[in-house]
Amino acid sequence: MSDLLLGNKTFSSRLFVGTGKFSSNQEMQQAVEASGSELVTVALKRVDIDDKDDNMLKHLDIPQVNLLPNTSGVRTAKEAIFAAELAREALETNWLKLEIHPDPKYLLPDSEETLKAAEELVKKGFIVLPYIQADPILCKKLEDVGTAAVMPLAAPIGSNKGLRTLDFLDIIIEQSNIPVVVDAGLGAPSHAAWAMEIGADAVLVNTAIAVSPNPIAMGEAFKKAVEAGRMAFEAKLAHATTIANASSPLTSFLENLD
Amino acid sequence: MSFYNEIQAYNWDKISEQIYSKTAVDVELALSKEKLTIADFQALVSPAAAPYLKQMVQKSMQLTQKRFGKTIQMFIPLYISNSCSNNCVYCGFNHENDFERTILTIEEVVKEAEEIKKQKFEHILLVTGEDSRTCGADYIQKVMEALKDKFALISIEVQPLKTEEYKTLAAHGLNTVYVYQETYNEANYKKYHTAGMKSNYQHRIETPDRIGQAGVHKIGLGCLLGLEDWRVDSCFTALHLEYLERTYWQTKYSISFPRLRPHAGSFEPNFKTSQKDLVQLIAAYRLFREQVELSLSTREEPKFRDNMLKLGATSYSAGSKTNPGGYGQEQESLEQFSVHDDRSPAEIAQMVQENGYEVVWKDWGSFMQ
Repeated sequence: MSDLLLGNKTFSSRLFVGTGKFSSNQEMQQAVEASGSELVTVALKRVDIDDKDDNMLKHLDIPQVNLLPNTSGVRTAKEAIFAAELAREALETNWLKLEIHPDPKYLLPDSEETLKAAEELVKKGFIVLPYIQADPILCKKLEDVGTAAVMPLAAPIGSNKGLRTLDFLDIIIEQSNIPVVVDAGLGAPSHAAWAMEIGADAVLVNTAIAVSPNPIAMGEAFKKAVEAGRMAFEAKLAHATTIANASSPLTSFLENLD
Repeated sequence: MSFYNEIQAYNWDKISEQIYSKTAVDVELALSKEKLTIADFQALVSPAAAPYLKQMVQKSMQLTQKRFGKTIQMFIPLYISNSCSNNCVYCGFNHENDFERTILTIEEVVKEAEEIKKQKFEHILLVTGEDSRTCGADYIQKVMEALKDKFALISIEVQPLKTEEYKTLAAHGLNTVYVYQETYNEANYKKYHTAGMKSNYQHRIETPDRIGQAGVHKIGLGCLLGLEDWRVDSCFTALHLEYLERTYWQTKYSISFPRLRPHAGSFEPNFKTSQKDLVQLIAAYRLFREQVELSLSTREEPKFRDNMLKLGATSYSAGSKTNPGGYGQEQESLEQFSVHDDRSPAEIAQMVQENGYEVVWKDWGSFMQ
């Protein structure tokens, strides 16, 4: 399985994980470790960035883990940029998962504001990973402004519904010159494997791990699924076929052409 | 256009009739659906749903975990005044009650806040009686100014304000406004609220519209369980929620369940709401709207709260004092209601953790304001 080059870093794991919804920070840490993830996103609103002993951050002080602060909760580009700058200063990273969702019900990303914020943040030197609709045009526009990746959703966040946007993800992957990370809605390891098989560069999972009765085992299950999916993609899947090979008037016609 | 206009299409007796005519078939249909309508909600709060309580609660637990994770958010009310110009028949702050009113000075508020901070709280709810003369938006703004560096999230539960006032407060760090309709039964509303601004049903019911127009992040709704039939009142609350979600789609919503309890010497509830009823109601809300925050206060007993934390509730108060100055300075001032869970915040946090849940003290940042 090949490494993933993203931003200025190389990742051997293609599974990114979120840190919300766990029953304790200890359990979160164990699940992150079991998942083998090297990029872990953390909501700025949940951590006390002025507190060096913040309990969540302490539990993410794992050697191979890079922190990916996210702007979850902001509603506009302006708020997102402000949050990003706070994160860069306090957490000493210029990596950012850009999330702008003005709709608190389905937490759907605002395309317009995301593009605006992404452009500005790239200029300010951030490595921007935007959480977005599975919108192929938006993905190209984000690529043009210089984001490090695009993170289209598979289904509404937290819904565990799987690859509902499959046809658009296919187009995004086909057209992208930057890594495509399928984010949101992956509810089972099989969903993650499928995303990897169609050529996603990585996936991001939170709810399906955190809310499982056994988050640690589920973290490992996702790790294996992502590896299997990626290996299958690299090995190239055999074509699925439903066409029978029996002779027919058509085949005999073809055979008898001069 | 406001919810007052919209609600004219609904008749209390008709809604009541609809609820009481629901059958097991309606309940099973509601339980099988992913997107529930008001008719499904009616089935879930109806007597026909009682035999399905276990299924309702199981589904409520799953949906809550999926949306909120295994977490409980903690907040604490800070009563800053018990001065009130209303005379709600069920409330200790009724202005006809003859007692010396307390309005905390900014210095006193800060002292109270320091006591609260020692207990880890980051989310604070400022509560007053309803008295615009003595505790108007200016006073609330000053209090918020004094506290905004100390807390990650500030909410208020005060008299209804004007849209412009909400806007100003939002610009000064206000996150959430809780305003309870108490009852949606317009015909009987005046019996409980005979004087003062609160006696104006329309003004009260249009308050969430004003809050939504002002762009406040979150609105808390609820009715006082026990004034009228909880099934019907809750159905109106659900209608209100549905209307607000459609109209102010950028706002988050929260529902609370203040339950009147029979108590010697005080207002006797007209309609009993049992603990079982409350469980049914909480689960019904969760099935109706998986994203809505459901808040359970210290009005409820420890054993009940310990069990409900997994079954649908998402937000708990702890260590609450319902009198101004109650955290340190003026322990004898009049309280609004008596609490039934007087465990310390640390004890409640420990209970939450022992149940395999994470206590969330902070879920907001000033950068989001």
